[in-house]
Amino acid sequence: MIGVALKMLLGDKLKYLALVAGLAFAALLVTQQASIFLGYTLRTGAWIRDTGAADLWVMDPQLVFTEDNKPMLERALYQVRGVDGVDWAVPMYKGWLTVRLPDGTRVTSRLIGLDDASLVGGPPEMVSGRLEDLRRDRAVIIHADQASDGLLLKRGLEGEGPRPLRIGDTLGVRDHGLEVVGTFRSAPEFFWDPLVYTTYSRALQVAPPDRRMTGYVLVKCKPGTDVQTVAQRIEARTGLKARTSAEFEDVTMWFVLVKTGILVNFGFTILLGFVVGALAAGQTFYMFVLDNLRHYAALKAMGATSGTLARMVGAQLLVAAFVGYGVGLGAACLTTLAPASSGLAFEMPWQVPALGFAAIMVCAGIAGGIALLRVLRVDPALVFKS
Amino acid sequence: MTKADELAVICRGVAKSYGTAGEVVHALRDVDLDVRTGELLMLVGPSGCGKTTLISIIAGILDQDRGDVRVFGADVKAMRQREKAKFRGRTVGFVFQQYNLLPALTAAENAAVPLLVMGTPRKEAVQRAEAMLEKVGLAERTRSLPAQLSGGQQQRIAIARALVHEPKLIVCDEPTSALDQDTGRRVMELLREVAVAPGRALVIVTHDSRTFHFADRIARMNDGSIVGIDAPSSVTH
Repeated sequence: MIGVALKMLLGDKLKYLALVAGLAFAALLVTQQASIFLGYTLRTGAWIRDTGAADLWVMDPQLVFTEDNKPMLERALYQVRGVDGVDWAVPMYKGWLTVRLPDGTRVTSRLIGLDDASLVGGPPEMVSGRLEDLRRDRAVIIHADQASDGLLLKRGLEGEGPRPLRIGDTLGVRDHGLEVVGTFRSAPEFFWDPLVYTTYSRALQVAPPDRRMTGYVLVKCKPGTDVQTVAQRIEARTGLKARTSAEFEDVTMWFVLVKTGILVNFGFTILLGFVVGALAAGQTFYMFVLDNLRHYAALKAMGATSGTLARMVGAQLLVAAFVGYGVGLGAACLTTLAPASSGLAFEMPWQVPALGFAAIMVCAGIAGGIALLRVLRVDPALVFKS
Repeated sequence: MTKADELAVICRGVAKSYGTAGEVVHALRDVDLDVRTGELLMLVGPSGCGKTTLISIIAGILDQDRGDVRVFGADVKAMRQREKAKFRGRTVGFVFQQYNLLPALTAAENAAVPLLVMGTPRKEAVQRAEAMLEKVGLAERTRSLPAQLSGGQQQRIAIARALVHEPKLIVCDEPTSALDQDTGRRVMELLREVAVAPGRALVIVTHDSRTFHFADRIARMNDGSIVGIDAPSSVTH
């Protein structure tokens, strides 16, 4: 009877397509929005992941995410170095400075100062030049993509039109001239201010003077020591906060999700997709069942049991749900065809299609449950009513 | 063979009413009726007289409020729902006024439905349905969809569907009312020819006086009661 059920479903092409469209729409919204949400979520921690050399980040206890500017006294570095279990510890500067481009365009940028000796915490991939070039006089490196975006010379130099910032150009920071000696590439971030790397000592030279200049202390634990134990020791000894990269990513992610309302907004969109899908599928399938009520009644009269009818309705919905889910998921995947420059954040690990599948099955279950009740309650004597 | 063995259906004091306490409609009032095996019995009477209610009870798709109904010795009312459904599937064949063919299924698939309901493998069910369609004169149209066939042809598929699983009781509800006179006559001839058989009973509800002469007996109903059972020749058109 499953074959009969499927022929009934596929025979009513308009309702079948409407049913599949409703479920596909729900699958599209749930999986695509979940993927974009996940993409944005992962981007909040991109800079932390790209600064992957250290076991622990030591920071001001009030600092709640990566873009929070709460520097520490320089003595924090020496206090941390004295903690048992610390193999090495290096300082990192992070501050927001106004950078003047060669054509006079002014851009707020994130200046990262790396430990002069080790250059620990640098970008993951150099596009041109070498990271060691930062040790040259007045050297900075810039993001290869931001050179033609956030750091674009909009006005251009005399005789030139707009052009990307490039190696050899000079940036002005508080009357200091800094020369671009290389470009790097890092994972796309949630935050948008251009990243400019230099050495720690040079960052202190160009940044406005303050007693508190050290953004982070990056710590490597001795081999065989427990990272959490070392973190507790640092916190007990210095009164500062020591977080692993994963913990720092988590607090940054939650801060951004909650403060920006992204969690609620995407949550509502996903919920809306689910509700609209369930309603559309439910209504269409219920109409399909109503249209075929005489046939179900006839089958019941001819000896079909409630179990048989339930299996028929279930098969009809499962097929529609599988097809709708496939179409929706395929359409969601087409989102990846959007150009990288569009800034679209899209991450689809296996959990997202699994979530989408579960959502569609629940949609189909709701739609089918109501329709099934109608089918099971149908009076077979209906067949004798003209 | 005793007389009870020859009776396909025995109804004694059957009553059925609809509605609530305030507004009760008595559809059947103490109906007594026997249907013999090998006969074609017609139930006739004005609209609302209880014909449809009576065949619904006889076919096991409706329970009487009072009285006793035996179909080939079985008390259908006493059965559980699942048992009742299985009993209908095995024992009863249906022909409906509006044919009730599934529009997406071919003629052969439609005729095979009772076999499929009983769990017969699809291939075997369709083969048996094709053989039955041949008997009703539709050998050439086994792969046609109902929409591609005339009303008379669709009713012949319905007859094939009612007979394909070799039921012992066939109930027909106004089988000719949607057909023109000539087609209706041919459908009745077909029913008479292929459905009436020893050991099988045929009960037809009809308004169509032009078909009365096909019956062996005619039970006249009025206001929920059987008011007479006659030979066809004695019923006034």
